[in-house]
Amino acid sequence: MQGVKVILKKELADHFSSYRFVIIFALIAMISLITAYMVGLNIRQQLEGIAKPRFIFLMLFTAPGAMFSLVQFVAFFGPLVGLILGFDTINRERTEGTLSKLLSQPIYRDVVINGKFLAGVTMISIMLVSIVLVITGLGLLVMGIVPGLEEIWRILFYLIISIIYISFWLGVAILFSILFRSTATSALASLAVWIFFSFFVSIFANIAADAMSSDPSPENQEAVMQQAKILKAFKLISPMELYTDSTATIIDPLRKSTRSIVSVGPLENISMSRFSGPLPLGQSILIVIPHIISLVAITIICFAVSYTVFMRQEIRSL
Amino acid sequence: METRAIIETKELTKIYNGEVAVDHLSFTVVEGEIFGFLGPNGAGKTTTLLMLLGLTEPTSGYARVLGLDPTRDPIKVKATIGYLQENMGFYSDLNAVQMLRFVAELNGLSGSEIGGRIDDALQNVGLLQESEKKIGAYSRGMRQRLGVAELLIKDSKVAFLDEPTLGLDPDATNRIMELIKSLCRDKKMTVLLSSHLLHQVQKICSRVGIMIKGQMVAQGPMDRLAKEKLGIGQQTYSLEEIYMKYFQEA
Repeated sequence: MQGVKVILKKELADHFSSYRFVIIFALIAMISLITAYMVGLNIRQQLEGIAKPRFIFLMLFTAPGAMFSLVQFVAFFGPLVGLILGFDTINRERTEGTLSKLLSQPIYRDVVINGKFLAGVTMISIMLVSIVLVITGLGLLVMGIVPGLEEIWRILFYLIISIIYISFWLGVAILFSILFRSTATSALASLAVWIFFSFFVSIFANIAADAMSSDPSPENQEAVMQQAKILKAFKLISPMELYTDSTATIIDPLRKSTRSIVSVGPLENISMSRFSGPLPLGQSILIVIPHIISLVAITIICFAVSYTVFMRQEIRSL
Repeated sequence: METRAIIETKELTKIYNGEVAVDHLSFTVVEGEIFGFLGPNGAGKTTTLLMLLGLTEPTSGYARVLGLDPTRDPIKVKATIGYLQENMGFYSDLNAVQMLRFVAELNGLSGSEIGGRIDDALQNVGLLQESEKKIGAYSRGMRQRLGVAELLIKDSKVAFLDEPTLGLDPDATNRIMELIKSLCRDKKMTVLLSSHLLHQVQKICSRVGIMIKGQMVAQGPMDRLAKEKLGIGQQTYSLEEIYMKYFQEA
């Protein structure tokens, strides 16, 4: 695949020299740094005088800082990065007339999509890895705690899942850039999908679960269980839920299922965790494997649609 | 001397959303000639070129470029054809060297030979001084010449030139025409030239085809067309008269 490498190289050069990338990167780096710093300070204060619990380093990623934890932040705003990197991939080339130049060279059409997608994935990976490295460094400085080997593994898995997740959104954006001729339309359409999955799916899931379970009174345990199951099933439609569930389990060894039915306050949580041992990494991964597979699957579906649409599209000079 | 057909179409038809863009088109271009591909705007010339490149699938009929089917073998066909579209389609934020390098790499040329070829090509079209400038800052004439440089880099056997003289000043037009002539003469390139500057076409083309409303209404050497349509002999006609005659009839 000679062509993929060539296009990848050019796209990377384009990304690195674009203001767009510099701006998002600066924004995200800033927010992550501030959050990590606040969380770090917070943890250090709370840890004063008591014995260090296990896996305290991972709390840097999970504990809420000013408003949200880093994991939540990536879950919510990560998609935007993917969308911004991809929404004008194909249609910009179309409007500038460069697409037919590209396609009149001896390369297959899918090479164009592959090269551009890989360039986006590379950018996402660079972004995430550097942010996590910076946070880890900051955590070392502020908290004075060195992460254990298992914590490093968990962070690594967290990174991989996050890259897959944001790449999915990149795939969505590329699909829209193929479907719509105008860059503004494809940007809006991808934003709409993002908003739909981030807000509406959970609302719909609640409504559907309420409607479908027979007798959701608190006394009727079976009904409560059933309702919770329906809720969970519906929420899994959303890539955002898939991602938050899987990363929460990976990054927090005390979580034993992807979602608990009963909501527990933070105090109860701490008292409960005293009696529960952390899961080994392998077990945590086992729990989230279905989620990861689903994430990869929807990314592939996205791609399959992109390919078929792009192959059939007529290329006209304008 | 037996001449080989480089481009051949038979009953080539393309229908876009129920509208016939190219209507049972049959024509042949032989090796080493400059074929003038004439016709009013919207006659289906560009669509025909896109079908010959394998970028658009014909609705029916068939096309052969160097004996290859563009629909089946698009990669091989595209490797031999240099296509210069109307607006050139260069990335405006690259400079000439970067653009040519990109094209060369997409054509699978190895790194060691690219550098020399690019310099030669730019020298040939007189752009060596401007090679570090962004293409966005190029004038129309310079862009067209850069297009010719691209043909040299690809070392194409066949060149499709879609309105290479559109919007050029007389001097730039002459330079491009000279370059096209030299491609044909020195590189033995077969050129399919679409243009509205009939005066220029008459000077450099050996044969022409006139396409109106998706159909090829005439093709052949200009002398023959002149005799058939105007009833006058060599050198006394202008291509414009022939063209207008066909246009009014259609």
